[in-house]
Amino acid sequence: MTFAKTLRTALRALRRNITRSALTVLGIVIGIAAVIAMMEIGKGSSGAIAKTISSMGANNLLVLPGAAASGGVSFGGGSTLTLTAEDCDAILRECPAVKAAAPLVRARTQVIYKERNWVPQSIVGSTPAYLEVRDWSNLTEGEMFSAADVRNASRVCLVGQTIVRELFQGRSPVGEEIRLQSVGFRVVGVLSQKGANAFGQDQDDLVLAPWTTIKYRVSGSSGSGAAAGGSASASSTSNSVFPGAPSVFPATSAAQALDKPMPVRFANVDQILVAAASSPEIRSAMAQITDLLRERHRARPGEPEDFSLRDMTETANALSSTTTMMTNLLLAVALISLVVGGVGIMNIMLVSVTERTREIGLRMAVGARARDILLQFLTEATVLCLLGGLLGLSLGRGAAIIVKQLLRWPVEASLEAVIASIAVSAAVGIVFGFYPAWKASRLDPIEALRYE
Amino acid sequence: MPRPLIQLEDIRRTFHVGDIDVPVLRGITLCIERGEMVALTGPSGSGKTTLMNTLGCLDRPTSGSYWLDDEEITRLTKDGRARVRNRKIGFVFQSFNLLPRTTALEQVMMPLSYTASGITDREARRRAEDLLVMVGLSERMDHTPSQLSGGQQQRVAIARALVNRPPVLFADEPTGNLDSRTTLEVLAMLQRVNAEEGITIIVVTHDPVVAGHTRRNIRLRDGLVESDTAQTPLLAGVAAAAPAPEEAAA
Ligand SMILES: Nc1ncnc2c1ncn2[C@@H]1O[C@H](COP(=O)(O)OP(=O)(O)OP(=O)(O)O)[C@@H](O)[C@H]1O
Ligand SMILES: [Mg+2]
Repeated sequence: MTFAKTLRTALRALRRNITRSALTVLGIVIGIAAVIAMMEIGKGSSGAIAKTISSMGANNLLVLPGAAASGGVSFGGGSTLTLTAEDCDAILRECPAVKAAAPLVRARTQVIYKERNWVPQSIVGSTPAYLEVRDWSNLTEGEMFSAADVRNASRVCLVGQTIVRELFQGRSPVGEEIRLQSVGFRVVGVLSQKGANAFGQDQDDLVLAPWTTIKYRVSGSSGSGAAAGGSASASSTSNSVFPGAPSVFPATSAAQALDKPMPVRFANVDQILVAAASSPEIRSAMAQITDLLRERHRARPGEPEDFSLRDMTETANALSSTTTMMTNLLLAVALISLVVGGVGIMNIMLVSVTERTREIGLRMAVGARARDILLQFLTEATVLCLLGGLLGLSLGRGAAIIVKQLLRWPVEASLEAVIASIAVSAAVGIVFGFYPAWKASRLDPIEALRYE
Repeated sequence: MPRPLIQLEDIRRTFHVGDIDVPVLRGITLCIERGEMVALTGPSGSGKTTLMNTLGCLDRPTSGSYWLDDEEITRLTKDGRARVRNRKIGFVFQSFNLLPRTTALEQVMMPLSYTASGITDREARRRAEDLLVMVGLSERMDHTPSQLSGGQQQRVAIARALVNRPPVLFADEPTGNLDSRTTLEVLAMLQRVNAEEGITIIVVTHDPVVAGHTRRNIRLRDGLVESDTAQTPLLAGVAAAAPAPEEAAA
């Protein structure tokens, strides 16, 4: 019997009992729909996470002051003031596995533009390297502040898209002045859109300024309090605050020094954000930074570090692996429902074989071989499952689209899921259809014809 | 000298029920020539159906040899017997055995799907249509069994049995489920097939009327041939053409 004929016979037999066929295959339909929906949602989530990870800046490491909980006594991140801008320069200079490094100073305060105000999620002080570290190359408008702006603690800033929307109501902010606690900042550029990060924070709700400006001019930043202690000796220590570029600095008069209170010893920054040259080099970058900072901070062997390192990618990866695990668990449940569906197929096929005993006897009497009967019932089960699989496929896609529309959950169509679900439904048909088909093929024609 | 179409030599068939041997066919020897129309009669339990199953290659005799159309059947494998059933034998059953919810045309075409040599769909359809016309069902080709009378169903079954142009047709009580009028209808059909197509027909029956419409009557008793007589057949065609007596009376 040719394949085409077997197929046609199978379709005819299925059509003969269409309601039962539909009910039989319901389990497969649901199973495949669940698998497809799970895979599309899972793939969408991990795709979103991957995008987020790269938007956070590829291969980022965060250096935090203070030891990570060690020996039962923890100062907590940021409780000691140990990281300096020089540390940051040294990391970039001396660690070959590091591509870029930027010091970070954070503040949290209100931003005012004309009569509007807004509290951004982050006000970050850094250097021009920040953009490179974060892989945030293109600005929508304007340009990045310069190294000179950092040295001069210029009152310039860049703003993210959320700020543009909230404060400027979508108008171009370049050239405008915003105020952070009565300190006026000229907006020189607009950052491109980045979206939410892996922890759900809006990365575009950001004001970016030279770290020196944030640190020394904006109160409420973690470093501002330091200025109070040493205004008197400000001018004498300015060289140590900004080493490597004293000549650029104009000689500060005493009056200017009073105008612009400069810090004394604590040229510390809150964090240093580092980008490793490549993801395999994250490990060596961490080792190099640890060695370098231990040496610079004169930590004796055996003594705990006064800083800690955090692999941002790892954190995000942990998040994504959690998502992957959830997806896999749900997928496992969906696969179990497929097996249950398969058992249903087997059950009904067995009933069908019993019911059609006389038909089987007749087919044998007119020349069907055992093989033909086996193939016929196997084809019936497989075609049934495949049709169910196709139906489940469209239902699953529909469910994924509904999830996307209603829950705003990222979903992603996946070709592998389609291929896998078709293969799985065919396999279910073959595996669970085999026993009933084999039973049918083993019938004795005389007995079968006599069956009531 | 050419072999007859069917040649049985000392065919025995013993069933084993538990530890007990039940000999049902106890040495049957007979020949049936091409073109014969034979009735197989005998009391209930004499082994008619068992013999028919053996002749129809559905069953294997315990011993003896069976030649059908120059082929020794007892040596064939299961698949070999399936091939012989497909190509050389047509079956007509007492209970019609039509597929439910399947049109007459599809019923008749069905055996062709198990025929190894490729018959095109168009050829298969043409053959089936011709046969349905021959059995007088040209208007009923798209009817399913539930839409056909008993006699019409049995005629579909006869068309199905003939679709592969077999040399021999076996009918086990073909009229057992029919009334006397449709019995004559079916007998007329079988006689026509025998006379016009030259197909050998073997009919198992209890009914003396059916037996009377054949040219030869083989009687079995206790698994042996009791008698084998030639006779002049009644002609069903004449009777069937006229209205049935009870209907005329009413
Ligand atoms: N598979 C079997 N197992 C055991 N005994 C069987 C089997 N098939 C038939 N027999 C026995 O063989 C004997 C003959 O049976 P068979 O069906 O051939 O009779 P028959 O002549 O066709 O009878 P009837 O006219 O009632 O149809 C019976 O006694 C029956 O019990
Ligand atoms: Mg019988």
